[in-house]
Amino acid sequence: MNWDWNVVNDFMPRFWDGVLVTVQALAVGSLIAFALGLVWALAQRSARVWVRWPVVAVTEFVRNTPLLVQLFFLFYVVPNFGPSMSPLATGIVGLGLHYSTYTAEVYRAGIDGVPAGQWEAATALSLPRGRTWRAVILPQAIRRVVPPLGNYVIAMLKDSPMIATIGAFDMLGEAQTFSNETFTTEALTVVGVAFIVIAYPASLLIRVLERRLVR
Amino acid sequence: MMSSEFFTIWFLPGVWITVQVTLYAAVLGAAVSFGIGLARDSRLWIVRFAAGAYFEVFRGMSALVLMFWMFFALPLFGWQLEPMWAGVSALGLTYGAYGSEIVRGSLAAVPTAQKEAGVALDFTRWQRLRLIELPQAWPDMVPPFNNLLIELLKGTALVSVITVADMTFAGNLLRLGTNQTTPIYTLLLALYFVLAFVITRGMRMLERRAKAGIGERPEKSGGIGAKTGARGDGPRAGSRSAGGVR
Repeated sequence: MNWDWNVVNDFMPRFWDGVLVTVQALAVGSLIAFALGLVWALAQRSARVWVRWPVVAVTEFVRNTPLLVQLFFLFYVVPNFGPSMSPLATGIVGLGLHYSTYTAEVYRAGIDGVPAGQWEAATALSLPRGRTWRAVILPQAIRRVVPPLGNYVIAMLKDSPMIATIGAFDMLGEAQTFSNETFTTEALTVVGVAFIVIAYPASLLIRVLERRLVR
Repeated sequence: MMSSEFFTIWFLPGVWITVQVTLYAAVLGAAVSFGIGLARDSRLWIVRFAAGAYFEVFRGMSALVLMFWMFFALPLFGWQLEPMWAGVSALGLTYGAYGSEIVRGSLAAVPTAQKEAGVALDFTRWQRLRLIELPQAWPDMVPPFNNLLIELLKGTALVSVITVADMTFAGNLLRLGTNQTTPIYTLLLALYFVLAFVITRGMRMLERRAKAGIGERPEKSGGIGAKTGARGDGPRAGSRSAGGVR
């Protein structure tokens, strides 16, 4: 096997296009996952059974089924009776939805980790419900959830190439089409290395955050 | 609509392939987990370093990209893998890296006094590991391994992308053939969920047996108050309830 740097050079412009798409998917997907996860977590604590139970069922189902099949479902089935979206949009929604079920667990653990005394103090001060959450519980829970949330962003990065299977041109999608056009494989190797190069410093960063925030 | 012919030719064998891939990758992953997990605490720095490097590389790697690479790029190095084995290796190697952290963590959580007791009794390193450390660490490993196994099961869907005829592949075939997507993808999701459920049940059983093996009562699922076992649950419970409440 001979490695050809010229091939790598030819691939570079498209590689950066792919990086851009991956970063977009990751950024918007994370936002969806963070927001939706909090919604799930709060709904799971609801006093009403008809809110709690369906949310638990849906999140369990989504968490225990493959993201790949969920992407196919969103891309091929949902348009039959709902909105049809571009591959990238579908991928973002899929990533966000899938990981929101994980972040929900993170928030749940974070909220459970707030000492009971804090709840009691809020009750003693007769703070209204909304105020209790916004001013007492969530600020304390957030510190604990930042590092695990970061870990899920990295996990999402590693799952993001799946959106290439429904036709989005992320790093893998670009590498695949480039390889098919030129009958080379350097592009795939470049993308593989790129993942490690991005993920490793990111995981170091999370470890630093962990030391700083969780005490 | 799904013809019965399609069902028996593609779909049922597909389910079987999914189960097989999960099984093989789990075996490979377990071997890697224990191998790397133990090597990361080796006394030789070079072994520790190599195992650490393996862990960081494969943890940072996307399983799908690795699978593609093994399928398309590795043959050019002179290694032609069957698609199924390319998939199994990629899954086993990446999930094994995650598993090594479980093994390392649970072994580290075994109380130091236990290891020292082994030293005092003049056990060899291997005897200590086999007779003292692993039996106590094992019950702590089972629940995280369960989660990892579910992740692995979900990961097996990826092999369909490198032409392995698992059940996701069968689903895609049917879409291409008939354009009927709703029933097949719904069925697929349901089937994966059922498989995940079966795995969780099996691992719960394993956990109960593992805990019974070292004289601990299994913690009841759900309910935070139910966590007061005879000896607390595992080493980490030490701070919560010293010496069995009740």
